[in-house]
Amino acid sequence: MSIHARETVVGQPIEGLAPRVLVIGHGMVAQRFLELIDVHAGLLCVDVLSEEPRPAYDRVGLSNYFVHGDEQSMSLAPEGFFESPHIRLHLDESAVSIDREQRTVLTSEGREFSYDTLVLAMGSAPFVPSVPGVNAEGVFVYRTLDDLELIRARAQGARTGVVIGGGLLGLEAANAVSSLGLTAHVVELAERLMPAQLDLGGATMLRRRIEEMGIEVHLSTQTQRILETEAEGVVGLEVSDVDGPRVIVAELVVVSAGIRPRDALAREAGLEIGERGGVVVDPWCRTSDPAVFAIGEVACAVGKTWGLVAPGYQMAQVAARQIKAMTEGLEAETGDGFLGADMSTKLKLLGVDVASIGDAHAAEVGALELTWSDPVTHIYKKVVVSDDGLRVLGAVLVGDADAYDSLRPIAASGVELPGSVEALLFPATGAIGIGPNALPDSAAVCSCNNISKGEITGAVVDLGACDVAAIKACTRAGTSCGSCVPMIQSLVHSTLERQGITVDKSLCEHFAYTRRELFDIIRVRQLTKFSQIIREIGQGGGCDICKPVIASILSTQAPAHVLEGENATLQDTNDHVMANLQRNGTYSVVPRLPGGEVTPEGLIAIGEIARDFGLYTKVTGGQRIDMFGARLDQLPEIWRRLVAHGFESGHAYGKSLRTVKSCVGSDWCRYGVQDSVGLAVELELRYRGLRSPHKLKSAVSGCARECAEAQSKDFGVIATEKGWNLYVGGNGGMRPRHADLLASDLDTSTLIRYIDRYLMYYVRTAERLQRTSVWLESLTSAEESGLAHLQRVIIEDALGLGDELEADMARHVGSYADEWAQTLEDPEKLARFRTFLNSEENADPLIQYVPNRAQHRPAVVSVEIPSRDLTEVVV
Amino acid sequence: MSGDWNRICTLIEMLPERGAACLVDGYQIALFRIEGDTVLAVGNFDPFARANVISRGIVGTQEGRWFVASPMYKHRFDLRTGTCHDCAEVCLPVFPVRVDSGVVYVAVPEE
Repeated sequence: MSIHARETVVGQPIEGLAPRVLVIGHGMVAQRFLELIDVHAGLLCVDVLSEEPRPAYDRVGLSNYFVHGDEQSMSLAPEGFFESPHIRLHLDESAVSIDREQRTVLTSEGREFSYDTLVLAMGSAPFVPSVPGVNAEGVFVYRTLDDLELIRARAQGARTGVVIGGGLLGLEAANAVSSLGLTAHVVELAERLMPAQLDLGGATMLRRRIEEMGIEVHLSTQTQRILETEAEGVVGLEVSDVDGPRVIVAELVVVSAGIRPRDALAREAGLEIGERGGVVVDPWCRTSDPAVFAIGEVACAVGKTWGLVAPGYQMAQVAARQIKAMTEGLEAETGDGFLGADMSTKLKLLGVDVASIGDAHAAEVGALELTWSDPVTHIYKKVVVSDDGLRVLGAVLVGDADAYDSLRPIAASGVELPGSVEALLFPATGAIGIGPNALPDSAAVCSCNNISKGEITGAVVDLGACDVAAIKACTRAGTSCGSCVPMIQSLVHSTLERQGITVDKSLCEHFAYTRRELFDIIRVRQLTKFSQIIREIGQGGGCDICKPVIASILSTQAPAHVLEGENATLQDTNDHVMANLQRNGTYSVVPRLPGGEVTPEGLIAIGEIARDFGLYTKVTGGQRIDMFGARLDQLPEIWRRLVAHGFESGHAYGKSLRTVKSCVGSDWCRYGVQDSVGLAVELELRYRGLRSPHKLKSAVSGCARECAEAQSKDFGVIATEKGWNLYVGGNGGMRPRHADLLASDLDTSTLIRYIDRYLMYYVRTAERLQRTSVWLESLTSAEESGLAHLQRVIIEDALGLGDELEADMARHVGSYADEWAQTLEDPEKLARFRTFLNSEENADPLIQYVPNRAQHRPAVVSVEIPSRDLTEVVV
Repeated sequence: MSGDWNRICTLIEMLPERGAACLVDGYQIALFRIEGDTVLAVGNFDPFARANVISRGIVGTQEGRWFVASPMYKHRFDLRTGTCHDCAEVCLPVFPVRVDSGVVYVAVPEE
C-alpha cells in the first residue's frame, strides 16, 4: 500500500498540500531535527520511521539507566509532540529500501512511503569484529535500551563481564557491567584507553583510577576468540598480548570496538558514500541526491563521520533550516553550513572526570605541550599551545576537569590567552583565574547545542531570562550534557549585575540581607536579642532558616549559653538538646576527645555509660566515640556521668568546631617530625565551642606522610622540619577539595595567630551553610584568587582587621564553658528534657530496637513496628 | 476520656516559640506556644520521618502563618491546619486547645 501517494515537486508544494518529509531513524539527532523544522506550523507533512519500540531517548546518558532504571526520564520527545496531525511517528518500523526515482521508501511492515524530501538519520551501529564465537549467547553490543535490558538479564547470576574495546563507549559499558555487580574487564587493542581522545599520559592516569575501582584493564591485547559451550553460551574470552595467549573467564561479553555509519540503505540506493563509510553530504547536509539529506552519525561531512551528539545537532539545525527554506520556494543555500565541529568532550567515566579539548594530540605544526601529572592524587593535565605560546589549541584533563569550562571556549574561539596557562589549569594557585567575562561573545559556551556566550548574555538582556532555567528555555544552552551550567549561571549573574539588576540574595522572607550583611549590621548596631533584631531590621516571626543563623552570629558577638534566654528558641533540635537527632527520634552523644586522645579510664567510663543506657557505640571518622540511641529524658543523666568522668561536650551537633584529628606524631612515630597530638589538643581546646556558618573540621599531621588527612579539612596543619604548614579550605564529603597551602614553616604562635584570623574572618563573612572550601572559592575576584585574598588578609593584614579578628577569637576562648556541665547546674534548662509535659511516661512505642551484629539498631517503623495506630488519628 | 478537655500544664511551663510533647489517650501531641498566650496543637508524629519528633522543630512564620519545621527533614507544617507546605497530600492532625486561667487543656475529638 502507498501512503501519502500524491505528486509534488520539491520546493513547490501543490496548493493546499504540504511537502512530505520522511525521516528514517529516530535518535537524538532526528528528534532535534523534528523540533527545529517547526512541524507544528503545518507547512510540512512529516513521517518518522523508528526501528525501536520507543521514541527518541538520551543515548548519551545510557549508562545512567542502570543507576535510576527510569526509561521515562530518558525520553527526549516533549509530551504531546507526536499528537499533531502534521507528524506521525511509526515505531517498530524500519526502512528496507529507497527508490530515489519514485521517491519512495519501503518499510519492514511492507508499506511504501513517498516523500518530497528524505532525511537519513539512522546513526551508526557498533562495529563487531569477526572473531570466532561472536554470535554466542551472552555477547552483546552497547547501543540501545534493549541492549541494556539483555545485558541486565544475562548479568543475573554472572560474576564476570568483559568489554572488548577501551574507548569512550567501552568504558561506559564497563561502568554498566560493574554497576550490575559484576567484575569488569576491559580489553583494548591499542596501548592506551580512549585512544581517540586521550594522550598516553592522560590515558595512563585514567587507567590507574579505573583499576583502583576494581576494573581490570588489558592493553595492547587482542581478542582471539570468544569461548562458549552449548549449554551456557559465553564462558570466557581468549586473548593474546606480548606474553602470549591467555583466557579470561567471563559469562558476559560486551563488544564496543568502535562504530560504523549505518549507510547500507544509502549505498544500495546509489548515494555517494565516503571512503571510510558514511553518506557524503555537502555543508547543507544534502547528499548526492538533492532530495535526500543525511544528518548525524550516518553522514560523512567535511570528509569524515562525526561520532558525537553535538555535531549531529548542528547538522540537524543546518538541514532543518535548508528544508524550511525549500518549502518557502528558496533553493539556494541558507545560513551557515556545517563546516566541522568542536569535538571536545567532558564526561564522568566511572566517577572520573575526563576531558579532551580540540587538538589533544598536538597535531598542529609547532604545537607545544605543557604537562602536569600528579601520581598521588591521580590528576593529569595537559595543555597544547601554539608555537608562540599565545593560543590554546587543545587539552587533556583526567581526574580534575574543572578547567574544561574555561579552556574549551578559549581553544575553540582561538582568542589570545588572557593570562598564563597555569592560571587556567590551577585557578586556585594564586594566579588570576579566567572567568566567563574574559571570553569573546562568539565563544561557544554550550558546545552540545552550539550556543555562544553572546546568545546567552543576549537572552538575559533582550529576553529577560534571569536564571539558568530561563536560559535553558530560551536558548537550549545547558540542556544536553549540562557541563556548561555553572558557566551559564555565572554569566547570568554577571550580566544582570552589569545591567544594575540586583540578584536577590535575601536570607529568607524575614531578612532582606545575606548572613554576611546581617553579621555586620548586628555588630555595628550592637544588637543582642533575636526579638530586637527582627523588629529593627527584619519582619514577621522568623523561621528555621534565619533563627539558627542569628543564634550563630550572636554566639560570636555576645557569647552566652546556647539555651540562655531567647537563644533557646532559635536553636535547631541538635543544639537545643546538645546531641544529634537520629532517625527514630533518639539522640547520639559524642564526648570531646581532643586530638583523638583518650585514657584507658576514659574508655572504660564511656563503655560503662553506654552499657548502662543500652547505647550503640561506634568510633567516628573524627577519632571520637559516638553513643547512639539516647532518649531525650536520658540525656542529662548520661552527661552527668560523662562530666563526672571529666568529659565535656564534643559539639558533634553544632555548626561549630567538631574535631582536630591527629596522627600519633613524634612522641611515638619513628617518622614524625613534630608533636602532632600536642598541637591537635591545643587547637581543639582553643576553638572548641566556636559557632560558625557551617561545621568545621581540622587535623594535624606529624610529617609529610599526612596520616591525619589534614588536606581534606577546613584547616589542616602538616609538620615540617622547621615548623608547621597551614592548609585551608579543604573538604571531604560531597564535594571533595584539597586544601590550599596558606603559609609554610610557621612557628606555633604564628600558626595559631593565622588560624585565629582565618576562622574569625570565615565566621564573619561566609554565607549560611557555606563550608570553608566554597567560601574560599567565593572570595575569588577578577584581581586575585580566593587563596591570594586570604593571604593578603591573614598574613599581610591588608584590611587592617588582624587585631580585631584576634580579639574576637580571644573573647571566644575566654568565654568558653562546657554547655553540658552548665546545663546540669540549671534546673530551668533541665526541665526541657521531659518527654511529656503531662506525664512521667518516657517510653515511645516507636522507639524499638532489633539486634544488629553484636549490638542493635532502630526498628523500621511500619515494617518492624506497625505504625497504623499512631498515624490514623481521626480529627 | 475522648472528647474531654485534658489538663496538660500551666502556660508558664511552656517556653515561647518552642514546642513540647504531651500524651493524651495514648496520642502524642505537639504543643506550641506562640504570640504570647496562644497555644496550638498538632500530632507529634512526622509522617515523612516516621518518628515522634514534631514538637522539637523550630517554629516560624511563612507569609504571616505560623508553622513548625520538622527537625528531621525540615518539612514545614501549618500549626493551625496541619497541612504540609512541601507536600499537599500530607497533613498532621490538629487538636483543639483551650487556655483557661493560665492552664492549658487539649482535647482529642471522639472518633
